[in-house]
Amino acid sequence: MRVVLVGTSHHRAPVALRERMHFQLQEVSEITGRLAGPSGEAVALSTCNRTELYVADTDPEAAVERAYAELLLLSDLSETELAPVLYTVSDEPAALHLFRVAAGLDSLVPGEGQILGQVRLAFEHAREAGATGPILNRLFRQALRAGKRVRTETAIAENPASVSSAAAELASRVFGELEGCRILVIGAGKISELAAVNLISRGVDTVLVANRTIERAEPLARRFGGRAIAFDAVEDELGRSDIVISSTSAPGFVLTAAQVQRALRARKGRPIFFIDIAVPRDLDPAINQLEGCYLYDIDDLRDVVEESLADRRREAVRAEGIVTEEAVRFQEWQQELDVVPAIASLRQHAEEIRAAELARVAGRLDGLSPRERRVVEALTAQIVNKLLHTPTVRMKEAAGAANGLAYAEAVRHLFGLDDGTQGTR
Amino acid sequence: MGELALVLFWPALVGYGEAAVAYAGEVVRPGTLGRYAIWGVRLGWLAQTALLIAQAAHAAGFPWSSWGGSLNLFVWMSVGVYLIWGCRPPYRLLGLAVMPPAAVLLALAWASGGVESDHRSDFGSVFLAFHVGLVIAAFAAFALAAAMAALYVWQDRRLKRHARGVLRTRLPGLSALDRLIARTIAVALPALTLGIGVGLARLGSEDASLDPIIVVTLVTWVVYAAFLFARYELGWRGRRSAYLALAGFLLVVVIRIGLVPVDHF
Repeated sequence: MRVVLVGTSHHRAPVALRERMHFQLQEVSEITGRLAGPSGEAVALSTCNRTELYVADTDPEAAVERAYAELLLLSDLSETELAPVLYTVSDEPAALHLFRVAAGLDSLVPGEGQILGQVRLAFEHAREAGATGPILNRLFRQALRAGKRVRTETAIAENPASVSSAAAELASRVFGELEGCRILVIGAGKISELAAVNLISRGVDTVLVANRTIERAEPLARRFGGRAIAFDAVEDELGRSDIVISSTSAPGFVLTAAQVQRALRARKGRPIFFIDIAVPRDLDPAINQLEGCYLYDIDDLRDVVEESLADRRREAVRAEGIVTEEAVRFQEWQQELDVVPAIASLRQHAEEIRAAELARVAGRLDGLSPRERRVVEALTAQIVNKLLHTPTVRMKEAAGAANGLAYAEAVRHLFGLDDGTQGTR
Repeated sequence: MGELALVLFWPALVGYGEAAVAYAGEVVRPGTLGRYAIWGVRLGWLAQTALLIAQAAHAAGFPWSSWGGSLNLFVWMSVGVYLIWGCRPPYRLLGLAVMPPAAVLLALAWASGGVESDHRSDFGSVFLAFHVGLVIAAFAAFALAAAMAALYVWQDRRLKRHARGVLRTRLPGLSALDRLIARTIAVALPALTLGIGVGLARLGSEDASLDPIIVVTLVTWVVYAAFLFARYELGWRGRRSAYLALAGFLLVVVIRIGLVPVDHF
């Protein structure tokens, strides 16, 4: 059995092409059914950054053809249009590629965590559809393991990779747990909305949205289960807010240090974290000088993200070591498959000879007591095991050195094991 | 006792020393050495616990009333209090502020004979156990509060200055640190009050006079009482509160290190 991967990703294809090859999870059963063919195995993975078809088959060329046909069908493009953006990889490089994908090493943002769940879902859907077998089950389980190892053994996914998650992470450095915190969102911009979503996902429970026109604030407040307030009420609410996110298009400061200073009296020393995503800036930089006030503008947040991405890239080097290790392990397992049927046949053959010879001399052993019979049984079994031990070990070693098939064939020939059993590869 | 003390002292010191180095490494490269540090703390503390048990078994009376002995007890209590929080990953880096001084002070305790059990005092064991035990327990808690206050000031400054790597080091949130400092002091102050009360009662019954250690300890009590008053009555929090906790601990340092020549017992 050979493993073949045909697919494309953000490295090769622009979004306009990727979206044509995208499919929903509900379609996986149908797609993998066609891909697997009569005797193969298949898993189909589709995310916003990639569409990849993994096929295990004894005939790799037929597997590639089926994968191409499937992508042509999905994209409704001609082969000449599609071929330049596709990559075809087989065996160990295909396994390594999948392990890198699962670990987030092939993602736009190194260490991105969502992909591991997407790989798991693709595998589970294919398995439920009955399209997987021993090879792809092993390959995908090992890919998931590689992904988990990378996340737990390196710090690749620890720091934020976007402005909104950086803002949320910084807020947690001020407040610890964000449960019970109140956010005041000033202006209904997209990035402030994303930052608010991130904070809410971490447990923030009260959201106030202020906008010059309260009608624009209301839909956003409703989405967050919060409350819209008039722009004039911002200073009053400041004293009760822990996190302030501002992104208006106002030409000057929306909040000055003096206003914040007044609000701080009501907070009795509790800190406030300010996020200013607006350009020109909404929040007076002097706010950062006030005790208990921490102000980050868009450049500060970008610096944090840049630094975090640099950390991720550094950790990616360690992560590559882990996925390579897992890929080698998969390769060794796969190579062992070459010789396993030959070893099994050899052992069965030897056992048949032993049993036949014992049966042949059974009449002459009649005088033996049951205990003596057991000794003879054990002795003959031990002789067979000892004789076969070294050839078994040598064949497994040969499998590791990639000439296992040749050894398996030699053993079949020497011992007359031509019983039609073939390797799984 | 001499050989046994050494057999138990060195593993404790090595454990604390290893933890101190590993915590420093954890700051430079987060996520790598933290788990080794916490094992250094645990094993070192177990060795020191065995050392204290051995001292108690060999001693005729309370073995930690000498300067070195009380330092030994202080280190054990400080690390013990730290272990309660230090086992939790968000608080691990507190060890950076606790373990280096713990290793140095344990070495000092050994150098001044504090790991032996032959110190004799004119005071009864029960009085010493209460007085020294309570005061040292309070000091240990103040040490932990000061470690947290130092981390608070450091992290506050880094957040204010938008320092590089501000997210790299795993520290509890400032508000969580602030709450813990106050809670630790709120628990420690009654212990100090009781310890001082026992000492003053004895002082009154023997018609003895105040010495510098008693005076500075009373000032320390006032500073920590002021800390709690300012926090719960005046709403002091954050940096001011952290500085006050550090100021209080400075007085503890004066008592433990600066007033060594004073013969208290």
